[in-house]
Amino acid sequence: MSILIDQNTTFIIQGITGREAVNLTRECLDYGSKIVGGVTPGRKGREVHGVPVFDTVEQVIEHNGGAVPDGSVVTVPPAGTRDAVFEALHAGIKTIVVVTERIPRRDVAMMVELADAKGARIIGPNCLGVIVPGVAKMGGIGGPARNAAVAYQPGSVGVMSRSGGMTTEISSTLTAAGLGVSTAVSIGGDAIIGSTYAELMPFFEADEQTEAIVIYTEPGGRMEAQLAQWVKDNDSRLPIIAFMAGKFMDDEEMQGMSFGHAGTIVEGKEDSATEKIARLEAAGIPVVQRIDEIPDLVKAKIAERSAA
Amino acid sequence: MRNDGLFIAVEIDDTITADAELAKKLTEACPVDIFAVADTGGVELVEGNIDECVLCGLCLAAAPAGAVKIIKIYDEEALLTR
Amino acid sequence: MRFFEYEAREIVKRAGIPVTDYGFTTDATEAKEIAQRIGGPTVIKSQVLTGGRMKAGGVKFADTPEEAQAHAKDILALEINGHMPRGVLVDPKAQVEQEYYAGVVWDGTAKKPLMLFSDMGGIDIEQVAEEHPDHVGRGHFSTLEPFSDFQAKQVIAAAGVTGRALQRATPVLARLARLFLENDMTLAEINPLAELKDGSFVALDAHMEMENEGMPRQKALLGALGIGAQEGTREGHTPTAFEEAVKAIDAADHRGVIQGKDTGFTGNIGLVIGAGGGSLTLTDAVRQQGGKPANYSEIGGNPSVAKACGLAKQVLRLEGVEKIAVMMSIVSNTRVDIVARGVIKACLELGKDPGETIAIFRIPGAWEEEGFKILDSYGIEYCDRSVSLWEAAGRAVAKIEKAAA
Repeated sequence: MSILIDQNTTFIIQGITGREAVNLTRECLDYGSKIVGGVTPGRKGREVHGVPVFDTVEQVIEHNGGAVPDGSVVTVPPAGTRDAVFEALHAGIKTIVVVTERIPRRDVAMMVELADAKGARIIGPNCLGVIVPGVAKMGGIGGPARNAAVAYQPGSVGVMSRSGGMTTEISSTLTAAGLGVSTAVSIGGDAIIGSTYAELMPFFEADEQTEAIVIYTEPGGRMEAQLAQWVKDNDSRLPIIAFMAGKFMDDEEMQGMSFGHAGTIVEGKEDSATEKIARLEAAGIPVVQRIDEIPDLVKAKIAERSAA
Repeated sequence: MRNDGLFIAVEIDDTITADAELAKKLTEACPVDIFAVADTGGVELVEGNIDECVLCGLCLAAAPAGAVKIIKIYDEEALLTR
Repeated sequence: MRFFEYEAREIVKRAGIPVTDYGFTTDATEAKEIAQRIGGPTVIKSQVLTGGRMKAGGVKFADTPEEAQAHAKDILALEINGHMPRGVLVDPKAQVEQEYYAGVVWDGTAKKPLMLFSDMGGIDIEQVAEEHPDHVGRGHFSTLEPFSDFQAKQVIAAAGVTGRALQRATPVLARLARLFLENDMTLAEINPLAELKDGSFVALDAHMEMENEGMPRQKALLGALGIGAQEGTREGHTPTAFEEAVKAIDAADHRGVIQGKDTGFTGNIGLVIGAGGGSLTLTDAVRQQGGKPANYSEIGGNPSVAKACGLAKQVLRLEGVEKIAVMMSIVSNTRVDIVARGVIKACLELGKDPGETIAIFRIPGAWEEEGFKILDSYGIEYCDRSVSLWEAAGRAVAKIEKAAA
């Protein structure tokens, strides 16, 4: 089992002829994903690694005999992203991975609001997508198929990360320790994202393969407070372990500076690393100092739960 | 003709350096602009770009077999193969 | 991007929210003329992008135009928290009956804009919310549906405001909500929003911040305010020579992205690190193991050899830096061999031995076999993914601290 995508998931790539999109298409195909078409306005009739390109999402659906793809990976420039996501949502696509960075917040809020109204889910923006080790990946997560195979082996741990690169670093550590990964989601580094930790927890909760959760987190935003609240409100069967980067940003000389992702700006006391660590720990989510401490702690927590 | 960067060297068989058609093909094929069309119409190497070589092999495919060599200086002069 | 008060008030005014008949100037004599035009008592306010100007003496009251001129002269020469003022605002001293707060911000959890209103204006809204929660009204609004005034009315009513004040304040908050969305703001605040003796409402101070990502499509407004591209995003501090240089290298080449900061860093460990999350993790790991970074940096998006080289060179030129640590979380897009070439090239071009200068190279992932061959040929200490980020940072600290001792 897995969350969000599985071996039967079909998806399209919007903006498929772009430089990064061409690479991403190759990687996903090599990994075994089912890409049923691509869209770049004005490029109908082309092919990208054998995937037919169309002008509109509607044309892709027509080409596939009326079958609406399950998902879309959107990798178009920021000024056109909202429109592309709206097009996918209006076509009835239910899972949308938004790769694009630097999208104005208003546009992100609009996409998320429309997705909610349509019963769809957005992952990102500013993310690398979703990978189910050994099964499928949707987005650039893990890179070329042979690299992804090294870092991601099937296993029992669900991973959610605000950093795309750290999703792979953590998953590789879990893989090396023999734990492996059930599904890893690069949720995105922006101030507003389609799916937060707390919003994805029910999916992991329902996934039998997942026995524990690891999250990578940063200063900025209230997403960790939301997760802490979710844990308090729900009697989850899954132990959660967190890693917090960017503690140095708490220092006085770093105040008012931005580092890393767009969402990593400390706008209030609640945003700081120290405050977040306190909140997570109060909710029973241990925050490790080092990535390499994660596997042993995961093993201990899983053993603890199964003994109880 | 051989030109060395710090990490990569490019060698073009002297018999084809004047080939204008090939110069054009190589210029189009290389993603990091190592090749250029010389004023004389033949192939020219852009020295500053040689170390940017991404080992894609597209130049090897564009040229007759063995006519262009990409040499990895750091790997005991190993040749890039396709 | 943060706006000066005189700009924020102009934005408010353009949205149809009443403001006082103020004037902005960079000249003390002109301040006197503005005060003359206003007639009556005035307030002279320093225009700086930093808080605490009242405490610092950047706000003064004047009864006569001559007094306004004298205050303007003082304030124009007054540095506040390291900032020299852009100019002064000469504002009529209003006959205030009651002060209110009106604001709009993003709520990242609800993923919608949030209106806030309080009848306790003039002070910090966070303090009011903590001490008098019943005096603060809140309400989210849709980014898809057209904004309707009743939504503002509900928020004002929730703060316990009724009667004429509720009726007069409603269009103000509604307009603020609309301008927030239309102008890609991350913060739009009127504090205080004053109810005058005659019952009218007027914005006495405004604080606006525009999202940097929204700036490309807000050129009309920015242009109307006289804000050109050369102003950048008005970051909290003046960029250092290092920061400017890294920015220039990044802008000169579209392949990959590099960032660098040295403000607030004073150590001797040169960091050539990436990507976003990896850089945050590695900076922490260096510091927690007793190391003192000379800088922060980020490499991402598969940069060219020239770009990686450019960043490494800038780091090596920082004062006190003899060695660099080149480290990233596992890469899948950025290439190990390309970064390796770049950092080695930087050493050689500065006449340094790469094997001595690069304390540790820890970038596992795409094209690592090729990268490791390059590192081997220059005798550079490197490691693969079996060495954690923490451990790699620890090795860098040990090596560099030992060399410095």
